[in-house]
Amino acid sequence: MDLLYDTLFNGLAIGSVLVLAALGLAVVFGLMGVINMAHGELMMLGAYTTFVVQNLFKDGPLEALFPIYILIAIPVAFVVSGLAGLLLEKTVIRRLYGRPLETLLATWGVSLILQQFVRSVSSAFAIGLVVAVALGLLLPRFTPAVLWQRRWSPLLGIGTWVGSGLVGVALASALGEVRALDQPWFSARNIDVTAPQWLRGAVDLGALNMPTARLFIIALTAVALAGVIWFLQKSVWGMRIRAVTQNRSMSDCLGIPTETVDALTFLVGSGLAGVAGVAVTLLGSVGPNLGGNYIVDCFMVVVLGGVGKLVGTVVAALGIGVLSYIVGSGSLLLVWPAMPPALNELVTFFATTSMAKVLVFALIVVFLQFRPAGLFPQKGRLVEA
Amino acid sequence: MPDLFSGRSLRRALPWLLIVIAALVLPVVLPPFRLNLLGRFLSLGIVALGIDLIWGFTGLLSLGQGIFFALGGYALGMHLQLSSLAPGELPEFFGLYGVKALPAFWQPFTSPLFTLLCIWVLPALVAGVLGYLVFRNRIKGVYFSILTQAALLVFFNFFNGQQKLINGTNGLKTDTARLLGELVGSDAMQRNLFWLTVLLAVGSYLLCRWLTRGRFGDALIAIRDDEPRLRFTGYNTTVYKTLVFAVAGAMAGVSGALYTVQSGIVSPQYMAVPFSIEMVIWVAVGGRGTLIGAVLGAVLINYAKSLVSEALPETWLFIQGGLFLLVVTALPDGLVGWWRSGGPGRISAMFSAPPAVATYPDLELDPAVQAERAKLEGGAQ
Repeated sequence: MDLLYDTLFNGLAIGSVLVLAALGLAVVFGLMGVINMAHGELMMLGAYTTFVVQNLFKDGPLEALFPIYILIAIPVAFVVSGLAGLLLEKTVIRRLYGRPLETLLATWGVSLILQQFVRSVSSAFAIGLVVAVALGLLLPRFTPAVLWQRRWSPLLGIGTWVGSGLVGVALASALGEVRALDQPWFSARNIDVTAPQWLRGAVDLGALNMPTARLFIIALTAVALAGVIWFLQKSVWGMRIRAVTQNRSMSDCLGIPTETVDALTFLVGSGLAGVAGVAVTLLGSVGPNLGGNYIVDCFMVVVLGGVGKLVGTVVAALGIGVLSYIVGSGSLLLVWPAMPPALNELVTFFATTSMAKVLVFALIVVFLQFRPAGLFPQKGRLVEA
Repeated sequence: MPDLFSGRSLRRALPWLLIVIAALVLPVVLPPFRLNLLGRFLSLGIVALGIDLIWGFTGLLSLGQGIFFALGGYALGMHLQLSSLAPGELPEFFGLYGVKALPAFWQPFTSPLFTLLCIWVLPALVAGVLGYLVFRNRIKGVYFSILTQAALLVFFNFFNGQQKLINGTNGLKTDTARLLGELVGSDAMQRNLFWLTVLLAVGSYLLCRWLTRGRFGDALIAIRDDEPRLRFTGYNTTVYKTLVFAVAGAMAGVSGALYTVQSGIVSPQYMAVPFSIEMVIWVAVGGRGTLIGAVLGAVLINYAKSLVSEALPETWLFIQGGLFLLVVTALPDGLVGWWRSGGPGRISAMFSAPPAVATYPDLELDPAVQAERAKLEGGAQ
């Protein structure tokens, strides 16, 4: 019995992180059919935001608030990741609607840039970047308008951006000579977020020992889930999002501003990734490669659950979590010690975290043979099922 | 014979002549290190050709070509581990994990013939089975991409975790092995491998060209552009898709084997998620739907990567990411596609005076309209 509770709790703990991570992805994917490969990197931004918030509260005037910095980090991470997502939508994804495969590649490019950005950002780098963007945006306004009406003006636009990029690089490398400015903010190493005291203990329920951090993540997931469901089901904009998900062109005809809906959805989805990033910092040290560890899992959750259904996402994530824990911990051996040797060998073979992933993913691929649209498919009569 | 030197046949033969000359001259001109790099990148061109076949022509974006690439590499790597051993001896790494007997699946790789077959048949089989299972259920678009990526992760974790079977993370080294009595890592052997790569790259190019012209190629393009319509016309699209996916898998296997012997190691890193996405980007940059673009893209980007990584390693990811964005948003047909659709002409037209038109520019300057008019006027005479 203890074993059952233990398995359930640990599976739930693994699964709840997956729910949190996949929630934003599911909303975006369900609405726009857009594959956002940078979702994991938005999580990473959330994790680094937590780190920055923690450092702000560590000493100085705000030290008294250190115990609750994590609660402050959650909305901050939501805003930071959400704004990053909004920027991504406005600059890149907007141009690629209706071309999901291209979106996938473009967002992968963004994820590479974000990873390297976190590794190499320093004060000099940031100043160079800001100057380059400001130059690129402002130069066209301060040059004679005649220049922008010629046939070669598009080339001038490209040239302006290349030029301001070069100015930025030159400025960054010149400032990089100053040691104080050259210091990377995070560097390529992993960072550790110190959980406040009250998240470090464990709740002891006789046989079961539940780490508080895990409980916190489960609670956070529940709150985030409730928030998303409320937003989608009860608010006006949630209704608009659902309408566009169901039928984009009809919603457009009825006066729903679909472009705003897209941007808003992307903001919310990316913000949720940021919240997931906060949760991940409680599980261990995080680094620039954080995103890559989660992104494929998140997609498997969305595909297994069925697109456009939140309940599918939740069930799939928890199912994957529990199954991974059962396989990875080899707890079947404890339940059934007198297993035939061949079976025993098989269970032991898969009883590591990475081998558990092998088995679980293989099972998902097999499952999709029988239910290609996932656990909770959307009903419809399209030819393109 | 008089026709031999006329313009048309000369123009046809010229690219091939150039390839032969380059293949003969480059090993003399380039230092061994650069030649080896070029050979490696050219072998990556073969996997890019396969991706072009399934993505550029059939519209299936596979993010899992690394599976087949690494399978081909492992097949050859295992053979090379075994080939230079005395009878009864085991490859060195087995000793580290206390393995006493050669695992059963290693046994057939002692035979060179089996290995040569395995390099392309095994990946083709795996691709065929995987493809059949997926295509049978009409899983496509982004779902297909995600599933191939998941499959890639399954293989990666498996190869990465199995120290006792295939040396796990460390991979298999091939440099010190002997092939036909010659050290694989030696300069002479590497030069021969370069020629072999050129030969196989040209062969794969011809195979792809043959496949994409004619009825089979038309069917592939029809699948890309409107699959339900093709299905309703009575074609079994699953067969076509499975077949072309298997061919791409076989090409990836050959490419992986060539890459392995030229870089001296095969490791689970060949199945890493980023590497497989990079392969797609080579095709996108070169120009999907154009076979020569795939090869060019693979060679150019990898050469740029090695140059940039030598000078400024931190900037490569920025450049690569920027390249992704640029190609996808501004050059959807890639460099070769841009060139063929008259891109340079459009640039130079920006600097000349606007062409004189009597009616509307849309009517007179549209290339399609112009071609039609030329045809009509030609027919009237």
